[in-house]
Amino acid sequence: MENTSAISISNLDVDYGSRRILSNINFDIREGEIMVIMGDSGSGKSTLLRTMLGLKKPSAGHIKMLGTDICHASQKELYKLREKMGVAFQGGALFTSMSVTENIQLRLREHTKLDENTIQIMTRIKLDMVNLLPYENLMPSELSGGMKKRAALARAIIMDPKLLFFDEPSAGLDPITSAELDNLIVMLKETMRMTIVVVTHELESVFAIADRIAILGDGELIQVGTPEEIKSSTDERVINLLNRTPRENIVDGDVHLQRLTRDNQ
Amino acid sequence: MKSKLSAESNYDVLELSGEIDLHYSPQLREMILGSLKNGNSLLINMAEVSYIDSSGIASLVEGFQTAKTANLSYGLLTISSPALEVLTLTRLDRVFTLYDTIEQFQSQL
Ligand SMILES: Nc1ncnc2c1ncn2[C@@H]1O[C@H](COP(=O)(O)OP(=O)(O)OP(=O)(O)O)[C@@H](O)[C@H]1O
Ligand SMILES: [Mg+2]
Repeated sequence: MENTSAISISNLDVDYGSRRILSNINFDIREGEIMVIMGDSGSGKSTLLRTMLGLKKPSAGHIKMLGTDICHASQKELYKLREKMGVAFQGGALFTSMSVTENIQLRLREHTKLDENTIQIMTRIKLDMVNLLPYENLMPSELSGGMKKRAALARAIIMDPKLLFFDEPSAGLDPITSAELDNLIVMLKETMRMTIVVVTHELESVFAIADRIAILGDGELIQVGTPEEIKSSTDERVINLLNRTPRENIVDGDVHLQRLTRDNQ
Repeated sequence: MKSKLSAESNYDVLELSGEIDLHYSPQLREMILGSLKNGNSLLINMAEVSYIDSSGIASLVEGFQTAKTANLSYGLLTISSPALEVLTLTRLDRVFTLYDTIEQFQSQL
């Protein structure tokens, strides 16, 4: 089963008004892999996620998720598919009027008829996974940025989804919290057999979690490949993206001088 | 999921196999609680469990808590590696008593 596609994207065009954001995107995401989507700010990563989730209609092309073509599916098919998907968005909007626990339980209450005891234990299992068990009764306004992200992840995985979508999980987190989140994402793949799509800018995270990487730029899919393939890419846009290192990592004075003085293209 | 409940002289054995997910965990829960409600200790054979999600795990946890309160023995036997991975991820491998053989379970009854 290792190589069956969980998600299959073909000839996809996505527009906002008259602006083409994504053009002729083709790639597959295999069952049980972590696919990281990278690209400059504004390159269309979130737009691609939103399109996969059926929140944005493509102008052309197809997206097949777990065998269902979401562009031509009935409401009922989409509903069934959504039960198998977990989503944690950039910005991670929790419902501000509900406690952490209530936020996390919401989908179980709306979509299942599980016993109350089962729901409580499932919620605590997920809270414990993201290290939020001591804070279950807090309101979202009482959480730090990292805690909100972890709460959003717990909410995304409450139904043990087959497909997990995660937009910028580690942005703005300190390195330790970010590494913990990376570990958890890998564990979810290995233990719960989730197929996981992650959008991230953080190179350290990318190479810690990715089975494969898809790189967007100029509205196109520049390259899809394993971390090794991406690291040894000869495409200048890929090289530029990978070399945008954090300031503290720039150690070579000559390289830095060149970065500051090279001609703009 | 497939399941088979059988009665030994002083405990019940519940054999589970296949995938335990949201659709089967309510059934699992009822079998576990039913056995314990009858005052029987319970040994759950998990050798053939190929997948268990957190709703299935929750049923196992509730059973364990119920058994403890009722002073009954409750153990997991020859747990399969996919199921053990989930228990480890959720740190429940430290909570449940895991047995490699039926004799080990019997000897502490
Ligand atoms: N709701 C919208 N209406 C109009 N244009 C939009 C909308 N959302 C995004 N865009 C445009 O689509 C392009 C891609 O945006 P998107 O949010 O997908 O980028 P991104 O790769 O996720 O960037 P970032 O890394 O900053 O999150 C941008 O040029 C943006 O201006
Ligand atoms: Mg974005």
